[in-house]
Amino acid sequence: MLTSVSSPFSEHPEIRQRFAELHSPLSSQAAVVESNRCLNCFDAPCMVACPTHIDVPGFIKRIASGNLRGAGRKIIEANVLAGSCSRVCPVEVLCEGACVMHRYDRPPIQIAELQRHAMDAFHAWGEPLIPVASPAIPLRVACVGSGPASLACAAELRRMGAHVTVIERRPLPGGLNTYGVAEYKLPTADSLREVELIRQTGVEFRLSEAIETTAQLEALETEFDFVFLGVGLGAMQSLGIPGESESIQSGVEDETHGILNALQLISAYKTGHITRMSGAVVVVGAGNTAIDAAIAARRLGADPVTMLYRRGPNDVSAFDFEFDHARREGVSFLWHRLPVAIRNAENGGLLLDIQAVKPAGNSLADDRKPDHFEPIPHSLFSMECRTVIPAIGQSPLTQLLTEFRHIAVEHGRIVTERATGQTTHPRFFAGGDCANGGREVVDAIADGKRAALGILAKFNSAAEVAHV
Amino acid sequence: MSSSPHFTPDLTVRNFAGGINCPNPFWLASAPPTNCGEQIMRAFDAGWGGAVWKTIGAPVTNVSSRYSSIDWMGQRMMGFNNIELISDRPIETNLREITEVKKRYPAQAVIASLMVESNREAWHDIVRRSEDAGADGLELNFGCPHGMSERGMGSAVGQVPEYAQMITEWVKEVARTPVLVKLTPNIADIRTVARAAKLGCADGLSAINAINSITGIDLDTLVPRPNVGGKSSHGGYCGPAVKPIALNMVQSIMADSASALPLSGIGGISTWSDAAEFILLGCGTVQVCTAAMHYGYRIVEDMADGLRNWMRGKGFRTLEDFRGLSVNRVTEWKHLNLNFKIVATIDEQKCIGCDLCHIACWDGAHQCIHLDRVSGPTDGHVELHPIPTSHEVASRSRITVTPVTRRERSQTAGLHSPAHGPYPTPLARIPRVDQTECVGCNLCSCVCPVDNCITMVEVPTGLPAETWDERIKGTSNAAEPQIL
Repeated sequence: MLTSVSSPFSEHPEIRQRFAELHSPLSSQAAVVESNRCLNCFDAPCMVACPTHIDVPGFIKRIASGNLRGAGRKIIEANVLAGSCSRVCPVEVLCEGACVMHRYDRPPIQIAELQRHAMDAFHAWGEPLIPVASPAIPLRVACVGSGPASLACAAELRRMGAHVTVIERRPLPGGLNTYGVAEYKLPTADSLREVELIRQTGVEFRLSEAIETTAQLEALETEFDFVFLGVGLGAMQSLGIPGESESIQSGVEDETHGILNALQLISAYKTGHITRMSGAVVVVGAGNTAIDAAIAARRLGADPVTMLYRRGPNDVSAFDFEFDHARREGVSFLWHRLPVAIRNAENGGLLLDIQAVKPAGNSLADDRKPDHFEPIPHSLFSMECRTVIPAIGQSPLTQLLTEFRHIAVEHGRIVTERATGQTTHPRFFAGGDCANGGREVVDAIADGKRAALGILAKFNSAAEVAHV
Repeated sequence: MSSSPHFTPDLTVRNFAGGINCPNPFWLASAPPTNCGEQIMRAFDAGWGGAVWKTIGAPVTNVSSRYSSIDWMGQRMMGFNNIELISDRPIETNLREITEVKKRYPAQAVIASLMVESNREAWHDIVRRSEDAGADGLELNFGCPHGMSERGMGSAVGQVPEYAQMITEWVKEVARTPVLVKLTPNIADIRTVARAAKLGCADGLSAINAINSITGIDLDTLVPRPNVGGKSSHGGYCGPAVKPIALNMVQSIMADSASALPLSGIGGISTWSDAAEFILLGCGTVQVCTAAMHYGYRIVEDMADGLRNWMRGKGFRTLEDFRGLSVNRVTEWKHLNLNFKIVATIDEQKCIGCDLCHIACWDGAHQCIHLDRVSGPTDGHVELHPIPTSHEVASRSRITVTPVTRRERSQTAGLHSPAHGPYPTPLARIPRVDQTECVGCNLCSCVCPVDNCITMVEVPTGLPAETWDERIKGTSNAAEPQIL
């Protein structure tokens, strides 16, 4: 535990060059001018709109006054991964979307940029996170998974004086912040820097350790009072079409040839395992991750990159700015199309059979409900490509817990009480994608924070009972 | 405004202080922008009506650095401070350049600002030489607050009415051009020196000079600014920050018959509207320094253009048409009508829901702007209002998630899109004014960031006008109509 969490990681220079940051940070003077635009609203709507309830006017006024340290501290109090959030949050539908300036026909305050300004300074100074409460409390919690939900839960519990251990199956901590966010938004190194601060508060990290057997589960239950599940979603769903298992899978010949799911691609290039792609790429799906994968393929050299979506452009589940970004990067779109079969082409590539479809019955776009599409006759065609990237939603890996601990799962999500993260098992709490089905980083952090408070409340009430 | 006739208002100043003429009332104050003839000629080319030469006297040695400023909300130089002394150039050079400027620019006013040691011969000498050089008038610098005052000049004179009167009299013994006395604000009542100047037969006044100040302390070195090798000295404060103080002093002089003289207004004037305010309080000309130091001489273009446009809109053809119109609109508090009442009114179509008026009223005023548009419980006839902190806690603890799907986004659109319901802002965020409790203090309309969203509306009290003076003397006149 003496080594930093990022010790096995070094940034690949070619990746850094191909995935340069989208926006340059604000200069100090620009930050002061922008922060002075903030009206300092009472009970500010931006603060309410943030799932982690960062005191936005509070930190912005600190930037304005020259109290940059106070600004960073104010942010970190509410959100220990605020640096990541400032890069990856879809602020146009959160804090910045709630800014009253919209109603004044003025651009909203650039909250994300200001938050990044404060957090960059916070990290540059090497400020520690919030001090740990003393005395320590006799509470031992395991956070399984090391994504944003687990990290937020761990940091919050550690701050209260609990003993917390984060258990991660991969070699680097951080979950999707480390492996799954497009590099031009959040470099892996920046994600690891945030995790390192959490480790420095005394949170123990066990990396490359998976919980896969009942024996491991039992050992976990023996060692810890409570378990927080922040395991995220499992592998990407397969395409579920004929020919899939017989087709070339990525890694057989090389990493970029064949069927390669979106998260695999993103984590492979972020860790420098893939630095180039070539030929035609088809991405199936049009969510935010699909777009990250499509842009990544473009930047790695693939051409053309085509996104296939069963609905129309008005129904993409990606945010508007992501969609616009993909178009600017040169990604093309095929709307109202479904892949129906896949096979190996004679020249060594893949042939994807594609069918045009139209919605049947429930035509509303709603990812939470199954929907139906009718094929349009005589519309079948084949597309040749080198790589097919499925990015059509993800499915949770919670079978073990369902079977052996009877933790309820619905629609692939662990059932929790919203306010506390409590599952149907008294010693298990959950949050993040495995509980909410796959939302934003900031939602996972909020889940983790709430679960920490839920665990603490449970611990305190148990302690009271013991004293009576 | 719409029916205003097309005419070009005349900004000419005629016979100011008994003899100074210039094409417009905008003068550069005695300061670095008027340091030398070359500068002043460029200023006249840019459109300035006059210039008060950087104070002429025995040359001084200046220090480095000399200036410091107050920045506010990311804007530079809201207030400006200097520890520079009078001209550091030889008297002969200044006088020779005055002659040259006057030769080339006969229409513009060149005023010689003077400061010499306090003896009659010295003053007689400098007055004669300045007038021989061609100055249109003289300004006696009794105001410089730093450095020169330690040598018995500047504000050391201006703070003692007897000295001020004595030197004014010496000057008037020989002066052939109008004599203005420049007043220091660093005194309990500026009128005492204004009266002394008038008794000394000054032809006019200039007010105000800079205010004693320490602008701030460098929190790294702990040395106040400006830093001169590890030490600082109090300086003279000017710039937009001092305008309200200057306006008050100008009004107090012009409202006092023993003080009132033709006045050249100074203090934070940066725009045409600032200038209009000084003229409304009786000033015949205005002097500008900090704004010219900040942006250069060309600011005078908008000052002249803006003043003309405002005058046209108001139907004023000359400066004399409005000069002094606001002097009598200032009175002693005891003469204000106690029965005049206004209350705050919020335009719900304009409200953006920042709720700054609510918290300002709650914490800083009279607790009568409420966030309770959905009516709450009452205790008898008293409405119960949740306190601001409970609002804050309740909304902060609400579970919020990112609207990921389009449907969620459309459902939360109320938060983001301007188009929903009868108001642009959710009703719960539009504050309500309890107009029976509102005291009409203006605070909410001061803090509201939206133009014309909160207006103060008069409500008839049904009571005759009555002042405090009348009330304690028992002389209220119920029949007198209320004067707005």
